[in-house]
Amino acid sequence: MTDTVMEPKVATSPKIVEPTIFDLSSPGRIGVTMPASDVPETALPPQELLRSELPLPELAEVDVVRHYMHLSKFNYSVDSGYYPLGSCTMKYNPKINEDTARLPGFLFTHPLQPIETVQGNLALTFTLQEWLKEIGGFAAVTLQPAAGAHGEFTGVLIMRAYHKSRGDAKRTKMLIPDAAHGTNPASVGMMGMTVVTIPSDERGNVDLKALEAACDDTVVGMMLTNPNTLGLFDEHIEKVIELVHGCGGLMYGDGANLNALLGIVRPGDLGFDLMHFNLHKTFSVPHGGGGPGVGPVGVASHLADFLPEPLVGIVEESEDEGPLYGYIQPAKSIGRMKAFNGHFGGGFVRSFTYIAMHGPDGLKDISQYAVLNANYLLAKLRSTYHVPYDRICMHEFVAEGRFAGSDVRALDIAKRLMDYNFHPPTNYFPLIVHEALMIEPTETENKDTLDAFVEALVKIAEESKTQPELLHNAPSTTQFGRMDEVKAARELVLCCWLPEGYDLDQ
Amino acid sequence: MTYVIASLRSRRGNLNQPPNLRLLLEDSQRHEDNKMTYIPISPKERDAMLETIGVKSLDDLFNAVPSKHRFPMLNLPPALTEMEAMEELSGLAQANENVRTDLVSFLGAGMYNHYIPSVVDHILRRGEFYTAYTPYQPEISQGTLQAIFEYQSLMCALTGMDVSNASHYDGATATAEAVNLAYAQFRGKRKKVLISPTVHPQYRAVVRTYAQGMDLELAGNNENADLDSNPDELVNLVDDNTSLVIVQYPDFFGRVYDYTKLIEATHAKGALVCVVANPTALAMFKTPGSMGADVVVGDGQPLGIPMWYGGPSVGFFTTRKNMVHKMAGRLVGETIDNKGQRAYVLTLTAREQHIKRERATSNICTNQGLIALGTAVYLSLLGKAGLRQVANLCYQKAHYAAAELSKLNGMGLCFTEPFFHEFALCVGRPVEEVNSHLLEHGIIGGYDLGQDYPALKDHMLIAVTEMNSKEDIDMLVEVMSEVAND
Repeated sequence: MTDTVMEPKVATSPKIVEPTIFDLSSPGRIGVTMPASDVPETALPPQELLRSELPLPELAEVDVVRHYMHLSKFNYSVDSGYYPLGSCTMKYNPKINEDTARLPGFLFTHPLQPIETVQGNLALTFTLQEWLKEIGGFAAVTLQPAAGAHGEFTGVLIMRAYHKSRGDAKRTKMLIPDAAHGTNPASVGMMGMTVVTIPSDERGNVDLKALEAACDDTVVGMMLTNPNTLGLFDEHIEKVIELVHGCGGLMYGDGANLNALLGIVRPGDLGFDLMHFNLHKTFSVPHGGGGPGVGPVGVASHLADFLPEPLVGIVEESEDEGPLYGYIQPAKSIGRMKAFNGHFGGGFVRSFTYIAMHGPDGLKDISQYAVLNANYLLAKLRSTYHVPYDRICMHEFVAEGRFAGSDVRALDIAKRLMDYNFHPPTNYFPLIVHEALMIEPTETENKDTLDAFVEALVKIAEESKTQPELLHNAPSTTQFGRMDEVKAARELVLCCWLPEGYDLDQ
Repeated sequence: MTYVIASLRSRRGNLNQPPNLRLLLEDSQRHEDNKMTYIPISPKERDAMLETIGVKSLDDLFNAVPSKHRFPMLNLPPALTEMEAMEELSGLAQANENVRTDLVSFLGAGMYNHYIPSVVDHILRRGEFYTAYTPYQPEISQGTLQAIFEYQSLMCALTGMDVSNASHYDGATATAEAVNLAYAQFRGKRKKVLISPTVHPQYRAVVRTYAQGMDLELAGNNENADLDSNPDELVNLVDDNTSLVIVQYPDFFGRVYDYTKLIEATHAKGALVCVVANPTALAMFKTPGSMGADVVVGDGQPLGIPMWYGGPSVGFFTTRKNMVHKMAGRLVGETIDNKGQRAYVLTLTAREQHIKRERATSNICTNQGLIALGTAVYLSLLGKAGLRQVANLCYQKAHYAAAELSKLNGMGLCFTEPFFHEFALCVGRPVEEVNSHLLEHGIIGGYDLGQDYPALKDHMLIAVTEMNSKEDIDMLVEVMSEVAND
């Protein structure tokens, strides 16, 4: 492989690989024609209410299709290759989901339709609530939150409301381990609470002494990802929960890593009071290039009254006709988290399909094989890459992307993996590992792929000694090379089109 | 857990046979040994891998899990094969009455039945788009990045604003994030947010939920307020402590106001204005940007996204360039790569949760990437002429319906202001009664405004789009006339 990286050119004349949709526009082209009006004409409203220009592109259908097809080829995706992005659970998404989610009865129903006309939707929603309760070991579940972070925010609101309802106003401290996802402290920050960071011990568990010292009557609760972002199941999980409960705090589970626990252990059984699920990680809602996700929240019985409104329940029982599903309001609800009924079509239907096709044994297989794959990679890589917290891992593990006597960094290794046609692992997270490479294979990769990935990483480790410039300049075989991120932030070109004569600096 | 449900109540008795749903029935015929998985590892390969790891069985990998709780028997129905699953899901879908083939609908209130050209879904079904992650590795994510950059550009073009983020969850949460932006803009020193009662009730509810943890007063959010008053009067409630005024365009009752004066007067008192806009209306009516709005948000569902029983849709969020650092959410900017090619990256990430943690502008991480792509494809395809046609059809048909309905005995339009594709109609009797009569004729009537506004008891909000033919509207009028003359 030769080094084809060129020096950056002058910023004024970048080479355009694919023009923007605005660049492609040509006045008078038409993509779709709508039918003529079939009603008597009404005069338009007064001119001063109308807009004169509508500066949208003008293209024919074929122009639009080719443009997006060209763009799609610039993407790496799970359908095209291995995507071991730690903490993101980039598993294969079964194709049947795409078909079930698009059944006309789901696509073309309005969220405010009378409940008698949408019993299929409501039965599906109710059943998915029940299934997630069973899988997580909780008493009640809301499907409303739109994503993991939205579920966390919901959870923090519930924790606050619970303490408030007991007249316990002095609780303002949230305990969060140093390995936590950034969304945990950010969710707490939205509430004006303070974050107390709890360190990890040398085996990657929550440091019990530090936790004990932080536990007092001002603690709202603890937000814990288990297995944590090192991919390790906390060996003292019951003790951790006991300490938090002991000071009157609530135990929140970040369900980002639930793919390791299906049929293995139910967080509710361990004593977690509440937890969010990520249907887009664990239950095969595709990631969509950044969303939409679904972030349901499960709670123990003492928190059920605080769930967002509304939930789906059985509003009328009948021997002859079966139950009537409808909406119910939790007694002390924190309120509404988003408009309408959550991510029903693109979310609930896909996950319902997925769980229905797995059953209890199939769900356990998911977690067992996700953990098998991660441990297999760990076993094959630990002699080449230092793994600071090295014990049997769950669905992922974190290695250091650096070598003694070399200036190669995790970023270089990540970029070089692209030249071997792999998506890189997550890097620089969690923050407690130097030059972190966080590797999550998922259960949907075969042994050949894992072996090829190991081979590439071992080869890259050799290259770091013999040809480090290959890594510094990687990727060199992809259409696009490394980006000038400083230029992007400095010039802030965020839009390819501006109204004519519009002065940005006004 | 059992699912002993004899049958699903479906289609109000329209079906001869309710669907036979295995997942809802306890069915002794089901194969307990069905195991449908997507795991591509053979038993032989598994054993070789276990040997490499140095454990005897899969179960041995879980010794860190407390034994008391390890390997619970999940009480879930046994697995279905793909063929069975398709049958099951089809049964559930068919138990609904949809507004394309079963019912004629005049329901809007924040989610609208529009035509979606075929191309939109063909693009969304590309695995390269829908099975990719957030574009954190720009070298191999330029498809997503350029598409989002174009989405941002299209949203700016539509709203008349400078910058757009890569999306929020929906219109309601985007509105709540505008409150966060205003709070941050004044560094928490202005503690009052004024929200017009004519903003969507569910959007106001979400803003209330989000504001719980903030030291914030919500004013103006009064459903008993005079709904006839001119929005310019809202400025009287703006004081030195007010950070933001939120209005909707067209408002929840479909009325179109020029907010220029309100915005000027609010700016004179130092506060910001957020306009919650319907994107289809923006093809016809002057932009909130040209009125001077500081933030324009809304729900992108009308732009080529199915109603999908409520979601996912996409919240768009646009603002002025000078507030870009306070804006939440992901942002794509233009740059070049080391080969001198024009390219795109996520930029200003220092605002975001993975860097700033508890000091981030918002906790948002996952957004609505794929749905944003759908709206971009829709706007690219309809373009200047097509979107104008859609807006005009909505306007024409809604006005025809309003004119015909207001001729009926005891019925009339509630307001006289110009409107777009939704209007409040007084029906002179409980809306529930009217709607159940309409449903008997296969029509879904309007939203019952009395649920949210005591003064609008016996009023319904009717939405008309290009999907409603003159025949549909005439049928609505005819059935309503039966009610009127009853």
